[in-house]
Amino acid sequence: MLSKVFATLAVVITGSILLYGVTDFPAFGDPKSPASAGVPGSESVSQYFITESYGDTKVPNLVTSVLADYRGYDTMFETVVIFAAGMAIFAILRVVGDEKDSRKKRVEENTFTNGDHSRIIVGTTCRIVVPVIQLFALYVIAHGHHSPGGGFQGGVILGASFIILALSDHLNAALRRFSEKSYTIIAVVGILIYAAFGVVAQLLGANFLDYGVLQPLLFTDGPEMARSHSMLGVEIGVAFTVTAIMFAIYANLSTRGLLRNGL
Amino acid sequence: MILAFDIVILVFLVIAAIISLSVKDLLSASMIYGIYGFLICLLWAEMGAVDVAFTEASVGAGISTVLLVATVFNTKRKSSD
Repeated sequence: MLSKVFATLAVVITGSILLYGVTDFPAFGDPKSPASAGVPGSESVSQYFITESYGDTKVPNLVTSVLADYRGYDTMFETVVIFAAGMAIFAILRVVGDEKDSRKKRVEENTFTNGDHSRIIVGTTCRIVVPVIQLFALYVIAHGHHSPGGGFQGGVILGASFIILALSDHLNAALRRFSEKSYTIIAVVGILIYAAFGVVAQLLGANFLDYGVLQPLLFTDGPEMARSHSMLGVEIGVAFTVTAIMFAIYANLSTRGLLRNGL
Repeated sequence: MILAFDIVILVFLVIAAIISLSVKDLLSASMIYGIYGFLICLLWAEMGAVDVAFTEASVGAGISTVLLVATVFNTKRKSSD
């Protein structure tokens, strides 16, 4: 009881300090705030992105151009963080070999039975919905240049389509289409695709992930279009990793690392 | 920024946060956490950060809820505190 009093007190004090800090923030959308106008004597980064990013990269959605080009290095390691999270969950939960493990005893086969109409309705509906979700996910990945979206969101939606398959039927149905071996390989390949764009740019004499020099390899009109196309390439790499890791996390969490039966 | 819309979302946000922390049934807590994620997504969209809102909708309200539910099914359903 006493610990709860102290916890509440700590939350209240921290919360009031944070709220006090908020009063010093510039107003929402204030054009004179340092983030929008820059500090005296130097140009504002936001102003540069807003006015120049279309000319630099020919990508209308400037969030995508900042994410995948100006801050490409950052995004690459965000993808590595997701990969590392998936691998950590794999390392903690996954049970391999050892038949004596107590968790393996509660395994019972769990398939469709005659007369179980609720499962048939759910299973059929999900089988109709899943292709639509996957098509939308591919659209989100490919259309990230022009509308909100990109590799992370599209990858999560694509991973969610496999999770829906696993939820509606059982995990084996999803694992038959996306096995443990293939999702591990795809997770690694995603990061390698991203890093390959950086390394190839380096080999052609520019900085890591400086896509402009990839122009002769991509057969584009100018370095701007090469940047645009390379961004699509790295988004696809991100989508590979995110899709695989999202499904891997679900598969391991829902079966206590056995990869059998599931919810 | 529409002030009335903001206030409604923020009030529901606080309610969802308090309920998801205080409810004993962990399955309900994770569902309400999903609602919390969706309300934050609305708030991002309303502030014009559409990309962030999209990420929040897919990750925060979508996948996180599923992962929490999967975890609740494999541990125990009642909270002990």
